[in-house]
Amino acid sequence: MKIGTMTVKTGLAEMLKGGVIMDVTNAEQAKIAEEAGACAVMALERVPSDIRADGGVARMSDPDKIREIQQTVSIPVMAKARIGHFVEAQILEALEVDYIDESEVLTPADEANHINKWQFKVPFVCGAINLGEALRRISEGAAMIRTKGEAGTGNVVEAVRHMRTISGEIRQLANMDRDELFKAAKELQSPYELVKWVAENGRLPVVNFSAGGLATPADAAMMMQLGAEGVFVGSGIFKSEDPAARGKAIVEATTHFNDPQILARVSAGLKDAMPGLDIKELGEENLIQHRGW
Amino acid sequence: MTRSANKSPLVGVLALQGASREHCRALEKAGAAAREVRRRRELEGLAGLVIPGGESTTIGKLMVSYHLLEPVRGLVAAGLPVFGTCAGLVMLAREVVEGDQPLLGLMDIRVRRNAFGRQVKSFEAELELPVFGKEPFHGIFIRAPWIESAGPEVEILAGHEGHPVAARQDSMLVTAFHPELTQDLRLHRLFLETVSAATARA
Repeated sequence: MKIGTMTVKTGLAEMLKGGVIMDVTNAEQAKIAEEAGACAVMALERVPSDIRADGGVARMSDPDKIREIQQTVSIPVMAKARIGHFVEAQILEALEVDYIDESEVLTPADEANHINKWQFKVPFVCGAINLGEALRRISEGAAMIRTKGEAGTGNVVEAVRHMRTISGEIRQLANMDRDELFKAAKELQSPYELVKWVAENGRLPVVNFSAGGLATPADAAMMMQLGAEGVFVGSGIFKSEDPAARGKAIVEATTHFNDPQILARVSAGLKDAMPGLDIKELGEENLIQHRGW
Repeated sequence: MTRSANKSPLVGVLALQGASREHCRALEKAGAAAREVRRRRELEGLAGLVIPGGESTTIGKLMVSYHLLEPVRGLVAAGLPVFGTCAGLVMLAREVVEGDQPLLGLMDIRVRRNAFGRQVKSFEAELELPVFGKEPFHGIFIRAPWIESAGPEVEILAGHEGHPVAARQDSMLVTAFHPELTQDLRLHRLFLETVSAATARA
C-alpha cells in the first residue's frame, strides 16, 4: 500500500473536475458553500478583495479556523500557503488539509524559489499565467494548476487572458516539428520532458482550473467553454449580496456551461454581484498575478 | 436512431461533476459507446449508466435540481445496469453513516464516506477480486468510502483491510476505488457483460 503518490494527488484533482471551489473564511460560510454544491472549499482568513484593500502582509490562516471548517463540512478543504513558505505548507499538511494552494494571493515568502512540492504527501495546486510557469510548477511537484487571473477584482479579463495564453501555447507546441521542442523548452524555461509530453498530448499533464476575478455564472461558463476543467471563485461569492443563491447558480452554470437556456435561467434575479475593479486603474505594480517565478 | 444496427451498447456517464471523461474513455476502449448525461432527456435509449467519482454531495444536489434522481431511480429499479465508482457507490447506497445527502438508495449497503481518512491517507493498493482469478486489480483510493454493512442480496467482490470495497447486487456494480484512472478494463468489461445480458433480456 502506497500513500502520497502522484497518482492519488492528481486523482483528487480529477474528482474535482466540473466543480466549483469556493473561498470561505469561517464555518458558516463553508456550510453555505457546501449547501450551494461546491466540490471543495478554500479556507482563508480574508478573501482576496479584502487582502487587496487592507494591504500589509497576508499569511496562512490560523489553524483553529481551518479545523473549524474541516469539522463543519464533508467536502475537501484546501488552504493557502505563501509562495516558497515550506513551513506553512508543513503546518497545513499536519492539519491534514486536502490540498495546499501555494498562492500569489498571499505575500510571497521567497522571491526566487517555490516550495519543493515533491517533499509532501498532501497535493499542491499552483497558479500560472502562461505555459512555462505551469510547467515549472509541475516540475516542482504541483498536482493541479489554476490560471491566476487577477484575484479580488471581480473582473474576468485576466482569467480569460491567461487561459487563452496557455491554450494557445499548447496548440503551438502540438504543431511543432519535434526537432524544435528543445528550443521551445529553453524559451519556456521548462523541462524538456514536460514540454515533449504537452506537445504529444495536446494538454497539460495535470488538471487545469480557472481562477481570479470570476463573479457571475456567465463568467464561470465562459471559462469552462475556453477549456477550464473547473473554477475557483474567491471574493465573487461572499462579497456578493446573496452568496447562497449566487453560489448555487455558479455551480449550475459550471455543470451546464454549454447550455445557454439553463445559463439564462440561473443568471436571473441574483441581486448584486461583487463590485468590480478596472485592471488598468490598479496599476502594474498592484497586480498580484506577477508574483511567482 | 441508427444505433440499432450497431453492436456496441450505448452507456450513459453521469457528467454533473467529477471524473466522467475517464469513464467515457474506458467504456469506449471496452467496446461500448459513451454519452455524457447532464439532463433528463439524455437518459433516453441507454443500455447502462455509470455514476462516476466526484463529490457525492455536489452530484446529489445537482441530481435533485435537474430532476434526475427519480428518473434514474426508476430506470435502475426496472433493471437498467448501473456502475458506481466512489461517489457513485455512495449515491447508490441505501444509507450513509453520517449526513442527510440525497441518495438513490437502491443498493442494500450502508456506506461510510471518506472512511479511510482525508487526502493525505489516500492510497494505492493491489486488490484480490476472486471474480477475476489470481491477477490482482490495482486499486486507486481517493478519500474513498467503504461499505460498512451489506444486506443478504449483496455479493462482496473485494475487500481492503477487512472492509468491503467492491460489490454487486442484481445489475448494480460498485467500487470504492477508481478503475477509470487505470488502464485495466476488467471491471468495465464485467459491467458491459451485465449490460449485454440485460439488453438480451429486453
